[in-house]
Amino acid sequence: MAGKIRVVVAKPGLDGHDRGAKIIARALRDAGMEVIYTGLHQTPEQIVETAIQEDADAVGISILSGAHMTLVPRILELLRENGVEDVVVVVGGTIPDDDAEELRKLGVAGVFGPGAPTTEIVDFVKGAVAA
Amino acid sequence: MATTRKPEGGRAGWRERYEATPERQGELFSTISGVENEPLYSPENVELDYERDLGWPGAYPFTRGVYPSMYRGRLWTMRQFAGFGTAEETNERFRYLRDHGQTGLSTAFDMPTLMGYDSDHPRSLGEVGREGVAIDSLADMETLFDGIPLGEVSTSMTIHAPAAMLLAFYAAVGEEQGVPLDRMRGTVQTDILKEYIAQKEWIFPPLPSMRLVVDMVEWCSERMPLMHPVSISGYHIREAGSNAAQELAFTLSNGFALVEACLERGLDVDSFAPRLSFFFNAHLDFFEEIAKYRAARRIWARQMREKYGAQDPRSWLMRFHTQTAGVSLTAQQPEVNLIRTAIEALAAVLGGTQSLHTNSFDEALALPTEHAVRLALRTQQVIAHETGVVNTIDPLGGSYYLEQLTNELERQAYDYFDRIDELGGVISAIEQNFQQREIAEASFRYQSEVERGERIVVGVNRYELEEEQPIEILRIDPALEQKQIERVQAVRARRDPDAAEAALARLKEDAAHDDRNLMEPILEGARAYVTMGEMCDALREVWGTWRETPVF
Repeated sequence: MAGKIRVVVAKPGLDGHDRGAKIIARALRDAGMEVIYTGLHQTPEQIVETAIQEDADAVGISILSGAHMTLVPRILELLRENGVEDVVVVVGGTIPDDDAEELRKLGVAGVFGPGAPTTEIVDFVKGAVAA
Repeated sequence: MATTRKPEGGRAGWRERYEATPERQGELFSTISGVENEPLYSPENVELDYERDLGWPGAYPFTRGVYPSMYRGRLWTMRQFAGFGTAEETNERFRYLRDHGQTGLSTAFDMPTLMGYDSDHPRSLGEVGREGVAIDSLADMETLFDGIPLGEVSTSMTIHAPAAMLLAFYAAVGEEQGVPLDRMRGTVQTDILKEYIAQKEWIFPPLPSMRLVVDMVEWCSERMPLMHPVSISGYHIREAGSNAAQELAFTLSNGFALVEACLERGLDVDSFAPRLSFFFNAHLDFFEEIAKYRAARRIWARQMREKYGAQDPRSWLMRFHTQTAGVSLTAQQPEVNLIRTAIEALAAVLGGTQSLHTNSFDEALALPTEHAVRLALRTQQVIAHETGVVNTIDPLGGSYYLEQLTNELERQAYDYFDRIDELGGVISAIEQNFQQREIAEASFRYQSEVERGERIVVGVNRYELEEEQPIEILRIDPALEQKQIERVQAVRARRDPDAAEAALARLKEDAAHDDRNLMEPILEGARAYVTMGEMCDALREVWGTWRETPVF
């Protein structure tokens, strides 16, 4: 494919747990991707706007506030409304298994829990964007 | 030609024999924070003047503990942090913990409360009661402490940007129960500086935030003298991925920045310093953690006496709460977290903590169930009553290794103090993203070590199970959000609108004047059932809000 993979790493909701988001952002960048980190406390609207402006191939959503079942579906919906549903959406955080299943059904490409190696996430994003 | 002489005795001889045995390959021998470890420590590794560097428990420089009798006089307070759903659910959990022998209360607030939004604010959608309890007004606080006599318990509240509002709600509940303010005990975390550095639950820019903190310190020293108005916190710094030295250095430098802000206000150091308290993490590297607590006490005592001129010995002594490291818990084979937590808790006790929260084993997955919380509390009870570690004060003091590590962490902390000074102080360093960048760096280094297999995490990168057994986790009923939204709207509908409006107007007016203490107007607002979010909005109008430049 042409050029670098462009990924938006986003922190929706109100939680400030950004250790994971920063590690992933750095790992993706070290793997040769163009990474845009939104910073904290983003609304779904802000995240989708960033994804569109940055012409992102993928959006990595990091959420540890327990609000994932409200905020992630909203992000997917807004991507669809804006005609950019081809953007690969990956979610990381404390996501219980049955919620992860539900999110996949809604269109999330991958869900990664605590302890997932960054190499696995990098490979997943590469594969999903290429597919 | 090779000689066959016998190795000599003494250190040199040991070293020769040591080097004859190959070391294990692959895993690092440094501490989890990356501090190099010698294979052995003996008197020649440690520079120590007993009276100067260690002294006696309860006496300067408090390296061995803040009280003369430590746990032989009184055990630490077992204080489990709890909060979820609405005030009703959390009130039930509080009563449950008290029935099982917990000796102090500790409140976890939900994200909207931490960020100063009422439950019906659009930004609160999906977050209400998820990670803590939702408290919007005095009405919720009344429910939260229903049936709990505030004259008898000490309560800790983990709240920062809107700390003044929550303290006012607490004080107002006390008034309703007929408890004099000067009899109410507890701790409000309040420490806003670590929010910019690590936890990232802020509202206002640093300067007005610090003004509000100093207002609380000043007001408490006059009105609620048994309250700890600030708990200077390293816990979140560590959870954000820092190493032990960064936790130590940034916490203490934040503490000194607060002392300096209070002195600038014209407060006498001995009028407030005895009520400052601290909060540290207990991570897995056992000796490093114990060294960290000992170094923290010694640095605080030295700086408070030598640099800030405190005369009252109570101003020199650092009392602290400890919580085991959430960040060390794994979602894989979660029962193993019981063991991690027990070891971390033991380090906190051997480090002389005044109170302790042990995490529950299921917390990498969700908020804890009652079963998991009970086991966490039992962990502390086993340490207290079965292991014998409480029988002797600072039992590891004098260990060559521990003393050397204590000195080393102290040295690294002073290095950071110098670097922060060079950047123009704590707030200026925060604005330049210094602490944030240092933490991100340490966090990435550790993660890379784990991924290269140089650090083993049991169940994650070694000894994995093919198939994990699912465990029961706590589910927060989504209906609670709607219930809480209705509650806050009902409060607004039934209060006296004139009183609420007048209180808000006064708060705004006083906020615009730096020389006015905001605690009284906030308390007036609390009594008039003005919500936390409304008071925060009033201050947002006057002070603006903070936004960080994201770095990774």
